[in-house]
Amino acid sequence: MKEDRITVRNALRHGDLYTKLSAVFMGAGMLWHRQIVKGVLVFLFEIVFWYYMITAGFYHLFMLPSLGTEAQGKVWNEAKQIYEYTAGDNSQQILLAGVITCFVIAAIIVLWILQLRHSYKLQKLIENGEEVPNLRQDVKNLFNGNLHITLMTLPCLGILIFNIVPLVYMISMAFTTYSKEGEHLLLFDWDGLNQFMRVLDMNGNIGRQFWHVLGWTIVWAIFATFLNYILGMILAMVINRKETKGKAFWRFCFVLSIAVPQFVTLMIMNIMLQPSGAINVLLQNLGLISEPIPFWTNATIARITIIVINLWVGIPYTLLQVTGILQNIPGELYEAARMDGAGSAKIFFRITLPYMLFVTTPYLIASFVGNINNFNIIYLLSGGGPTYVGDTAGQTDLLVTWLYKLTIEKQYYNLGAVIGIMTFVILTIVTLITYRNSSSYKNEEAFM
Amino acid sequence: MGNQLDLNKISTRKRIGNLHLLLAVLALIWVLPIVWIVLTSFRAEPGAYTKTFLPQGYTINNYVKLLTDRNVLNFPKMFMNTLIISICSCIVSTFFVLSVAYSLSRMRFAFRKTYMNLAMILGLFPGFMTMIAQYFILKAMGLTEGSSIRLGLILVYCACTGLGFQISKGFFDTIPRSIDEAAIMDGATQWQVFRRITMPLAKPIVIYTVMTAFIAPWVDFIFAKVLCRANADQFTVAIGLWNMLQKEYIYQWYTCFAAGAVLISIPIVILFLYMQRFYVEGMSGAVKG
Repeated sequence: MKEDRITVRNALRHGDLYTKLSAVFMGAGMLWHRQIVKGVLVFLFEIVFWYYMITAGFYHLFMLPSLGTEAQGKVWNEAKQIYEYTAGDNSQQILLAGVITCFVIAAIIVLWILQLRHSYKLQKLIENGEEVPNLRQDVKNLFNGNLHITLMTLPCLGILIFNIVPLVYMISMAFTTYSKEGEHLLLFDWDGLNQFMRVLDMNGNIGRQFWHVLGWTIVWAIFATFLNYILGMILAMVINRKETKGKAFWRFCFVLSIAVPQFVTLMIMNIMLQPSGAINVLLQNLGLISEPIPFWTNATIARITIIVINLWVGIPYTLLQVTGILQNIPGELYEAARMDGAGSAKIFFRITLPYMLFVTTPYLIASFVGNINNFNIIYLLSGGGPTYVGDTAGQTDLLVTWLYKLTIEKQYYNLGAVIGIMTFVILTIVTLITYRNSSSYKNEEAFM
Repeated sequence: MGNQLDLNKISTRKRIGNLHLLLAVLALIWVLPIVWIVLTSFRAEPGAYTKTFLPQGYTINNYVKLLTDRNVLNFPKMFMNTLIISICSCIVSTFFVLSVAYSLSRMRFAFRKTYMNLAMILGLFPGFMTMIAQYFILKAMGLTEGSSIRLGLILVYCACTGLGFQISKGFFDTIPRSIDEAAIMDGATQWQVFRRITMPLAKPIVIYTVMTAFIAPWVDFIFAKVLCRANADQFTVAIGLWNMLQKEYIYQWYTCFAAGAVLISIPIVILFLYMQRFYVEGMSGAVKG
């Protein structure tokens, strides 16, 4: 029957007095049905909520549309003979408080729905002559059938407070004038889609840089992902060959570099490749070059250097990850190919690579995403440089490092937020397209 | 006929020899920078740039200075800061990761699919996008001044670890469910299954989770830098090492930087060699699942 379903609508329509009362006084139904502790707790939540809303929440919501209007003032104090600053509105705090208030309201709505459904469920239990679980049974159930609630509440709370709220807050900044440009650091306004227009406009200064950075980010991600993948795989195959002696030793040599913290190796590489760094010194001492190679000051060389160093950083990871999977490739496939007279290259491109692509598409997508968001390698190696005069983005900046520069260094928060959102949009598109075109999505049957 | 076979054998042997040579050259490229940094940490002459590739003289003063000089860059203090932070965040995030992974792998509830999709979507946002907002939130909580920065860093390091459940979940998925079912038939609760059955069986992945969580604060410098700003007494090891390479310190501190890098790498190398096989197992488990 329709009214047997435990829904909010049914609770409001077919609920008894106490269930309906729960819609106003949260927890009323539970109190009536002897679930005292739960009922009191829920009711306390409601009281705290209203207390918060009356003392602060409504004010925050009220301020949200304007983001504050009172500028910081300077008033001449006749008695003390000094200028005194009056505290104006701080738009950034208003925005944060507004976003948090919205989340508090959403949370109380969820709680309201849950408790209403629960009250209705209790009512149904009584009507059907079943027993209402007491507190002890409820607690017991939290360690049995409802264990996921016990285990996941804290992690979810952490994600909500330290990931989702900051994300929403940052996204909302993209639609404001919060930036050092035009001195909008204390007091700013809603700005609609203007910043998005600026970023997408190819003729403007920011827009030109955006498309430039985007182009390099994608080139970088493709090179970094696939070169690492293929070269790492070939290396793994060379080590795995029957004839290779001392497999464990070779693997150790390569894997050792993973164990050294990445930021340490990257900073060392940066120093080693300076004009008077170890590599240039070594090459000059050997008489191979007369002038130091400008590893970080020439845009093209810097880009190539970064990709090559990333091979150094990334190949050991690939080696670790693909070794096991490579050994799973059925031996008959190779036998058959060899019988038909296929060479090593042909075997690699016709058998090994398709098999590996089939199994590791999720891994490839993950590493593509990781490379687009690869902050450390650019920031620590080239710092995004070389940078042309008047630009905020350097020639080797990725979207993430540019985002970092815009927010932390330049304090152009709104532009930074727009760049973050664009990165997300691009990653979503890439992920969806590759995932839908991958053979593991099209054909969930096993390989072949 | 016999002649041809011989020729074949010789060319095969030659090819194998070439492959070993190739491996040796590559291994040299991979090991050389690490050897170089170890040598630099014992180098007698100061400065980042020298006229020669190899050091002229060797000393252990770099290590002594690093561990005793408390005036300019207080490395021992940074070491203690990082140790406290990483022990706390290690405990919390291990609990978070394993709880979430177990729930998603073993329990069936309405929110499950939503949670996994949400985790995937959140993973597509650049991590730094939330950094500045996290700073503002911690500031609103009053966790950005003095020694409360430590608490702030712990919160930042472990709060979102519930999103990194994939590898552990992949491992849990490979443990046969029939074991759980048998235990439940014998009257065990889900909690008991989690504690007494799944955890002991998943020892490799527990160790893996503990170690990755422990290492994270040692190698992150960017969050720590944004949160600590100029509070030198709250610096972590990573910021300290990063600072040693800045213009004002690099000449005096470069060899100490190398010593510090070696010191924090040694425990990580040991942990890593130990957990390497779990890493591989975890990866293949995740791919299969």
